[in-house]
Amino acid sequence: MSKQVFTQVIRGAHQWVKQAEESLEKALAEYGPGKRIGWDTQTSYSLPMSYSLMGLEVKTLGELKAQVEHARELLKPIPSDELWLPYLGDGLDAGAATMLAQEALVALRTVNGYVTPPGWQGFISDTIMRELGIQLVDGRMPGFALILGPAPSTEIAVRTVRELQKRSILTFLCANREGRTAREQMVEGGVFNDDASLKECWDLYVVPVGPDSLDAIYVLNWSIRSALTFGGHKRGEARKCLDYTKRRIHAFGIAFGEISDDWYAAGAGAILMGYPVISDSTTTPEIRPTGVTVREEIVVQTDYEQLVPTCIDTRAVKVKVEKIDIPVGYAAAFEGERVRKEDMHVQFGYKYSDAVEYVHTADGSEVRDADIQVTGPDFDTVKEGGALPLSVEVLVAGRKMQRDFEGILERQIHRWLSHAMGFMHTGQRDQLWCRVSKKAFAAGLRLRHLGTILHAKIHDEYAGIVDKVAVRISTDPETVRAKAAEARNAFRLRDDRIAGMTDESVDTFYSCTICQSYAPDHVCVITPQRLGLCGAYNWLDGRANFEINPTGPNQPIAKGRTIDVGKGEWEGVNRFVYQYSNHKIERFCAYSLMEAPMTSCGCFECIVAVLPLANGIMIVNREHSAVTPCGMTFGDLASVTGGGAQTPGFVGVGRLYLTSPKFLSADGGAKRIVWMPKGLKNDIRDRLQTEADRIGEPDLVDKIATEEEASTEEEVLAHLEKVGHPALALGPIF
Amino acid sequence: MAERKQRSVDPASLEMLDLAAAAEIQTAWDRLDAQKTQCRFGREGLCCRHCFMGPCRVTEDGRGAQQGVCGATADTIVARNLLRHIAAGTAAHSDHGREIVRALLVAAEGKSPVYQIRGRAKLHALADEFGISREGRSDNEIAKELGKLLLDEFGKQDGELVNTRRAPEAQQKNWARSGGVPRGIDREVVTGLHTTTMGVDSDPEHLLLAAARTALTDGWGGSMIGTDVSDVLFGQPHPLRARVNLGVLKKDEVNILVHGHEPTLSDVMVAATRDPALLAEARAKGAKGINLAGICCTANEILMRHGVPIAGNFLQQELALMTGAVDVMLVDVQCVFPALTEFQRCFHTKVISTSPKADFRETLHLPFHEETAWETAKQIVREAIDAFTRREQGKVHIPDIQQGLVAGFTKEVVSEILGGRYRPSYRPLNDAIQAGRIRGVAGVVGCNNPKFPQDECHLAMVKELIRNEVLVVQTGCSAIACGKGGLLTPEAAERYAGKGLQEVCRAVGIPPVLHLGSCVDNSRILTACAEMVAEGGIGDSFDKLPVAGAAPEWMSEKAITIGMYFVASGISVVIGQSLPVEGSQFVVNFLTRTLEKHFGATWAFEPDPVAAARRMIDHIDRKRADLSLPPPMYEVPYAPQHLEAAATA
Repeated sequence: MSKQVFTQVIRGAHQWVKQAEESLEKALAEYGPGKRIGWDTQTSYSLPMSYSLMGLEVKTLGELKAQVEHARELLKPIPSDELWLPYLGDGLDAGAATMLAQEALVALRTVNGYVTPPGWQGFISDTIMRELGIQLVDGRMPGFALILGPAPSTEIAVRTVRELQKRSILTFLCANREGRTAREQMVEGGVFNDDASLKECWDLYVVPVGPDSLDAIYVLNWSIRSALTFGGHKRGEARKCLDYTKRRIHAFGIAFGEISDDWYAAGAGAILMGYPVISDSTTTPEIRPTGVTVREEIVVQTDYEQLVPTCIDTRAVKVKVEKIDIPVGYAAAFEGERVRKEDMHVQFGYKYSDAVEYVHTADGSEVRDADIQVTGPDFDTVKEGGALPLSVEVLVAGRKMQRDFEGILERQIHRWLSHAMGFMHTGQRDQLWCRVSKKAFAAGLRLRHLGTILHAKIHDEYAGIVDKVAVRISTDPETVRAKAAEARNAFRLRDDRIAGMTDESVDTFYSCTICQSYAPDHVCVITPQRLGLCGAYNWLDGRANFEINPTGPNQPIAKGRTIDVGKGEWEGVNRFVYQYSNHKIERFCAYSLMEAPMTSCGCFECIVAVLPLANGIMIVNREHSAVTPCGMTFGDLASVTGGGAQTPGFVGVGRLYLTSPKFLSADGGAKRIVWMPKGLKNDIRDRLQTEADRIGEPDLVDKIATEEEASTEEEVLAHLEKVGHPALALGPIF
Repeated sequence: MAERKQRSVDPASLEMLDLAAAAEIQTAWDRLDAQKTQCRFGREGLCCRHCFMGPCRVTEDGRGAQQGVCGATADTIVARNLLRHIAAGTAAHSDHGREIVRALLVAAEGKSPVYQIRGRAKLHALADEFGISREGRSDNEIAKELGKLLLDEFGKQDGELVNTRRAPEAQQKNWARSGGVPRGIDREVVTGLHTTTMGVDSDPEHLLLAAARTALTDGWGGSMIGTDVSDVLFGQPHPLRARVNLGVLKKDEVNILVHGHEPTLSDVMVAATRDPALLAEARAKGAKGINLAGICCTANEILMRHGVPIAGNFLQQELALMTGAVDVMLVDVQCVFPALTEFQRCFHTKVISTSPKADFRETLHLPFHEETAWETAKQIVREAIDAFTRREQGKVHIPDIQQGLVAGFTKEVVSEILGGRYRPSYRPLNDAIQAGRIRGVAGVVGCNNPKFPQDECHLAMVKELIRNEVLVVQTGCSAIACGKGGLLTPEAAERYAGKGLQEVCRAVGIPPVLHLGSCVDNSRILTACAEMVAEGGIGDSFDKLPVAGAAPEWMSEKAITIGMYFVASGISVVIGQSLPVEGSQFVVNFLTRTLEKHFGATWAFEPDPVAAARRMIDHIDRKRADLSLPPPMYEVPYAPQHLEAAATA
């Protein structure tokens, strides 16, 4: 159990600290306290570990004393056999002590003339840290592995490293077992030659750091520097630095073979930094409760096939698929591309065949990542210009995945697939129409590539919630029929759930403050019946994004006590808006244009503005460039509406909100709409008609003026009188 | 006479009870028997003695008078009585807190050689919290300003208690809305007593909300100040080992027992009993040493900070004296039986009372003052050495029963043991709750009561909770009960805890049941909950946390107050015997239902400890469901109700 681990950790730490004390004492006697130590040509952070954790700038032997003394002070006795006292905190302190003692020891070793043997990296400079670190913290490099000791065989060593390389994970090698090292195994296995330069090794993502367990400190005091350089934390801000490495550096340790006290002590240092340790030894006790590290602290995996996947799962390393391996170009630029009939090799859906796509959650044990299966005939079996049925089923698994996120992922399929050159994708769910161009077919595009794209993009964009993605594609009519039935069932359940969702049925809304980068006081409040004004985020998206990034721009807002149900004013929302608008906005009414309306950033799809003479409101969409009846263009309106100010009478909204039963319902709702551009009206006609029917004004849609009937407020009024628009019968809007 | 097994489940207690029976010495259990059937009107809160047109007793059931002479109904009388109990409980803890602050001032002014600032880190943390400048000032100067500021909290006439700022916003809002945020401590007690006098407040709802407000001045006022300042003055506790039960008394040493509540004297006694000169004096009289041990909460105070052994809990105060091995029993305030003095007739034991507030007939009264604490402590040790020479060895009978325990957990310690010095954090605890390894946290606290077999309810309830993955935190006599029962050991996790809780205990090296100190230290539970809220992920206010409280063997008015401040803070509480409110259906309903509306928590009464534990678990499961937390990670003996319902549907 953990007690054994921490007993060994603390025992190991005592050994390291004792060594450091003895070595320091000897060096002091030999060279005196003024002797310079460290790697000052390679780093501006003195001894980086004591610099970060203790705020020390150790440059001389004399100054090193404080570091070693502090390491001693951190040491506690090993846990007793019976009636032991809590040891986790003591063990983590021992980890800190070990890192400080080890750092002192490598510095002292250098003073004593030790030179890192050829082929090993030794101290890692700030330059390397800057070059690679940025990739590590911004996620381009998914993480790094620190391998302690040689693997039980060269084959296992090579396989492990290859698996890591495949995922762009940087691997460091250190320590030895009876003289044998993982570096030798790399050479034997042909990963690199014995005389390979260090540059070559860095390029290969496999870096031998040093042949002793002591050398592990080079990796740790390298990665802690990222908190200073990239995290902007100051020396001595230990907590912030350690939280940074825990959060941002996706590192883990792999310990081959039975773990000795000294390795355990170093491992505790890694754990303190948030890096878990994966062991292949059955004698290692696992520590599964989370909290110190993001997931488990120590995990045992004796199946070497599963070793790297276990590491990735334990550290929550997010696999990044850099290049989408398909034979055609892939870019956002291809999204709007049409494949005309004469250019088409094969098509799916519309009136030509059954086609369906859907995403659903599966248990982690059922999903093998990147498992792409195709059944039925591929493109090459159909006659040019023919059609095939198609089902695309995406299975996702993840510790944070929830069923509510399925639709969100599914809505992205259109974007993801249509970015492939020569693949046209329209519609969604079982209303698909896809075409493959002759050119794409000739270039080698086949069904499985759709899976390749989806796997890569889901990992790319939804790494926070998805750990594994598998795709099943079929063109077999029976299978497609069965899958379509299964999918329709899922869609119905999903729709029922969302359709049933009203602002009243939830007690939490979500904020969106993404745009505070340029509209610092703006807070978007997203409710089930009012999506974000940019049209990109609905309530479920807000919720999903909160799950993905709990400290991100989408935060839950507890509605709290209702102040006014009609205006949509709640105590909790007011409090939230006040707090997040930098105390600028004190009130917020979700359903009103005239009273404490929502602020607008600038991303709105449409602007709603009051037309006082017409006793109603006009709506203008971004695409409409002409002057509107209020005398302003969309651009003019945007400048008075945007920027995060609360401007009664003007508000930016998302298109979908226009047809929500909650659309400005405090001011009279859809009945107030007196003008909108024709293009917009046509786009939203069906949904607007539904709302018009709901409020008992079935002719409303046609009564709303467009630029064809009116271009001034007076003309609007004349039109309203002519058609008998219901806005005229409403109370005054002011 | 009640059967032997009806009296206690503690073998040491039973051994001593047999001895008492043989010697025909009366104990609390015998005196309870002598009471025969206790008064129903008193038990149900229906007896009013607030004016002397009465005493009146009323009923709701129409079988007697339905109103007192003044016209007060059962609802009014019951609510008024409850407020009085709560004012008394608040007064007890708060007066205790006040004495500690006064001792802090004595220390800060350098007026005592024994009181010093031993909890520097806590002093600094409090100074920062209360906006006291530390720049260029000595600890004593800081302590002086802090002490004065805290002392003002007692007599404050306007404004709100400063510590209430520690509560989540939702709780502060609840208080502001329902009867007001607590103001000065003494003021709430005085107002509470005033409004319950003849012809003042008669609206039961108004009275009960005032009771909640008064109780809050205990939890967030007197008790919390008592805990904080004790940590500053006597040092912050850290996990340590100790032993518990009557077997800690030593045959060949001078035995001094402290009993009561305030650590001001007991802490000095620790130093005095270790004083080399006094030890030499003891040896000269034939003793091998001086053994200090304790009963009740003053024992918990010095256990938490010095590892001083505990001889027993509330119902063992007489049994300890039955051993004939106690040379001096030193008492201060609260929970001290007047009956103790009787034992001086049968044994050589000297009972010494020390509080200027509490004298006992026929005892040596050595009133204790902060400035002369050291002299008093030495005098007490000398009295004990003297008594030792008169100990009648023939009468000595010490049960050979004791148990090891780990104590010393606090709000601060929890984050240290979970993250070490560099990353102290509640994250692992919150993570464990979120993941379902730990289902929730329960505070099991309170007294012994001879109406229940001693310790039985504490042990049964806590065992049921931990086997169902609920981490238990404890204080007071309940903690001592579980200490004796072996639950405060890390090994108990292996033996009694569910698999998830076991994993957490193993990872951290903690017992499944954590001892947080004395009964004023229930305030530590409040501040620990605030830390859990602040860490995030398991609810942003107390009433959303998957936590519950209980006092299965309660007997004191202080317990009522504690229960009420927990409920008013949003933490639901289950107690063993009902509050004295059953005479009014309105009041019962208000406490067990309506309070939910005001504070998000309620009272529940359930004498069966296992059934009570399950009610707590149901409550925790409901809170988990509200937070969309998953069901327990591993199979549990008592499964969540909604899961069972789903399975049968």
